[in-house]
Amino acid sequence: MKLKNNTLALDAKDLKILEALQEDARQTYTTIGKRLGIAHSTVYDRIKRMEQHGIIKKYTALIDAEKAGEKNITALMTVYTSPKESEEVAETLCKASQVLEVYTSLSEELQIIAKVVAENQESLHAFIANSVAPLPGVLRIRTSIATKKFKETQFSIVNNPKELTFIKGKHNRIGEKNLERRI
Amino acid sequence: MKEEFSLRILRTLPREKAFYFFTSIGNYTGQSAASLKEFMEKISEVNVKSLEFHLYRGDFKKWTAEVLEDEELAEDLEKLQGTSTSGDILRNQLHAIVLKRYKELTGQLISLRKNPPI
Repeated sequence: MKLKNNTLALDAKDLKILEALQEDARQTYTTIGKRLGIAHSTVYDRIKRMEQHGIIKKYTALIDAEKAGEKNITALMTVYTSPKESEEVAETLCKASQVLEVYTSLSEELQIIAKVVAENQESLHAFIANSVAPLPGVLRIRTSIATKKFKETQFSIVNNPKELTFIKGKHNRIGEKNLERRI
Repeated sequence: MKEEFSLRILRTLPREKAFYFFTSIGNYTGQSAASLKEFMEKISEVNVKSLEFHLYRGDFKKWTAEVLEDEELAEDLEKLQGTSTSGDILRNQLHAIVLKRYKELTGQLISLRKNPPI
């Protein structure tokens, strides 16, 4: 753990701590320390510094919305915008509670890609028609409603594509032991 | 009173109250109309799928009644909704209904200005 230009450069120990926290953020410093073979005070110090530098943004719960009784629909919305207003449109989308994720993409045209949830198709349409289409700079919108979820996960230190390599000749699944790490 | 009524229906609406043409749920064509005149023009231009989508959902009727505040036009559009017209026949019928109403309202204004009530 080193400071470079006021940003924290993580070492292998930090990454191991993050990995442990991503598996279970409720485990104690002692548990993590024992697992990694380091003192619990070291774990504590490193976690605190990563919190202070915004590397650890927050501790939260992953909720299975379906089991919690939420029957929402999820849609991926691509908003084509004029270059001038693109940032503003993206920022406005970020403020809407229905919008879970917002990205900008520059392919042939400037696009904003957003993940949206809604109670049903009607409320999804109402949201897009009343709150997205009227935004200045919106040229057109394409929306795909997800019908079946195959995978949903958060970015993890464990499955960071830079950190992983597949072993030749084996069928590997992310997060399993047959993945080699390059730290 | 009549002039005020016609002018109200023929007014230009703020952006957030305009009609936004979609071809299906969440798929916005990029075309919108902020007045009756513009609505009539867009009917001729927009993808016919969009006209079918909105007519049979009752969106045209709802917008003309609640936003433009033209109950008469809303009723005519509701009647068309009851038929199973599609494609360019639908486009032509829709355009004819809106054009007729537009001419009525602008005609009323012209005649009121020529012959103001005493």
